[in-house]
Amino acid sequence: MLPTGVVIHVLVFVCIYAILAVGLNLIMGCAALFTIANAALFGVGAYTSALLALAGYPFWVDFLAAVFMAGLISFLIGWPTLNLVGDYLAVATMGLGEILVSVFRNWDAVTRGPMGLPGIPPVKVFGVVFDQPLKFLFLSAIFLLIAFLIAERLAYSPFGRVLKGIREDEVAVNSLGKNTFRFKMWVFIIGGAFMGGAGSLYAHYVGFIDPSSFTLWNAFFLWLIVILGGLGSNIGAVLASLAFVGIRESLRFLGLPGNITAAIQQVLFGVILIVIMIYAPRGLIPERKYVTRYKGNAEGRQSL
Amino acid sequence: MQALPQLIANGLVAGSMYSLAAIGYAMVYSILKFPNFANGSLAMIGAYLTFVMFTQLGMNVVIALILSMLISALLGVLLDRVAYRPLRARRAPKINVLITAMAASFTLDGMVLLLMGAEYHRFAFPVVRGVRLGTIFITPVQIICIVVSVVLMLALHFLLTRTTIGKSIRAVADNPELAAINGLNSENVISVVFALGSILAAVAGTLIGMDTVLSPTMGFAITIRGFAACVLGGLGSINGAILGSIIMGMGENLGVWFLAGGDARWKIAFAYLIMMLILLFRPAGILGKKGEARVF
Repeated sequence: MLPTGVVIHVLVFVCIYAILAVGLNLIMGCAALFTIANAALFGVGAYTSALLALAGYPFWVDFLAAVFMAGLISFLIGWPTLNLVGDYLAVATMGLGEILVSVFRNWDAVTRGPMGLPGIPPVKVFGVVFDQPLKFLFLSAIFLLIAFLIAERLAYSPFGRVLKGIREDEVAVNSLGKNTFRFKMWVFIIGGAFMGGAGSLYAHYVGFIDPSSFTLWNAFFLWLIVILGGLGSNIGAVLASLAFVGIRESLRFLGLPGNITAAIQQVLFGVILIVIMIYAPRGLIPERKYVTRYKGNAEGRQSL
Repeated sequence: MQALPQLIANGLVAGSMYSLAAIGYAMVYSILKFPNFANGSLAMIGAYLTFVMFTQLGMNVVIALILSMLISALLGVLLDRVAYRPLRARRAPKINVLITAMAASFTLDGMVLLLMGAEYHRFAFPVVRGVRLGTIFITPVQIICIVVSVVLMLALHFLLTRTTIGKSIRAVADNPELAAINGLNSENVISVVFALGSILAAVAGTLIGMDTVLSPTMGFAITIRGFAACVLGGLGSINGAILGSIIMGMGENLGVWFLAGGDARWKIAFAYLIMMLILLFRPAGILGKKGEARVF
């Protein structure tokens, strides 16, 4: 049986990744904007938060700054790219994400490059210090709940319906007088802000950040979570985070050398995703569909 | 400014190596309309195959390279059969194929990481002095890179324009339905395209490995540059891929020298920056068709 400490540690990571996955699910699941800049935005949040915390600002200030900064960077990424179609968007966001990681890695004066930022203080709210994993688990679970409720509300709001319309047929939505670019931009910023918030929690929990946590491999890992959970399904995103972060973190405790573990993860998750794309492309928990009053195909056109 | 001729030479060497990988993307894209991200991983595997046969089995380097090309071709076809063909059969949306391609790339990288470890490997060639041409300094390996790239590009051009199989490839790329009506088996043509792309990738990987070092992450570096070069030149166009690669190689070297004080760590950021500028101002690429890349 796994020791309790390990279980709590894994659950904290599950919460952080679930916030990321829910944010990505808004962008990728609802609006079908396949962005790979997600891990870099996670990094933007983590670095913003870490730098402010190290400069002595309280948690609320650096958390909100991280959320704001990730939203701002999302806006800057989205502005030139959001009118690109499918695979062009994926590649363009991959490029911008990698430029961000390049900045984390090479802007030595601020980020200390590959050496990373150590000694990030634990979260302190209303005089309570969240310095133990169990306390932090409580905090991150609350944040996950808030994120989940916001995402669920958004996905089934008029805003979310327009997004799903864009996913199915953007030109048609545009012809109904909706400024689709503006909708895509908003969901991009909101999803990015989720990732910034998750980054802030991550930085405070781990206490040390370096560029290797925000690379493309992590972005891909998040794609895997959201796709396996079922694009557009928030509960699927949370459950898939539980499954995959659980597998990923417990592989670390097998006692194999770090490189071997990383390689096994890569092969395992790669093969899982290939199999999913062939046999269950809509994920394990497909999106909840509206039931219409009319007879006919309530499922709508299958988008994935 | 005195460094300019040297920078242009370095850019050309880099560009010629990227273009071999980029052609693989362009060919697959021209027929299947998705970026085969695993192409860079196949380049990396090709490089390791050559390396293992040369260093550990003591083969002649040319024979090792040829064997590696053949094995890579088989792997490329196998990858298509296992991962991409089932998606084609199910008429999966393009984005699903793209996701699968990324997954395949991570899987292949992981396998090499597992077998060879994360440390750098180096071809144990005897140290040869570089050649000086005026103000330019160039190593023999770099000359070989350029020569091999140019020869392979000419061979490919001949294959595509003069032979039956080349004509079938172009026919399927141009109009798959019409090609099928005329009795072409598109699945066979697709296999040939994957084989050709993988062969070029294996050569690209080996050359890059000889010029620098081998590492399991090199595949990804090749993937992004090769693909960015394709976007730059216009997706699906082979000439565009070559042109894009050369711009990419030059832009990286010039950008790093003049804008980042010669700090080579920023190279990859410049590669992306160039691609972003192209996507902003000419989203379909230099030689691409208009109106494919944007929603509006």
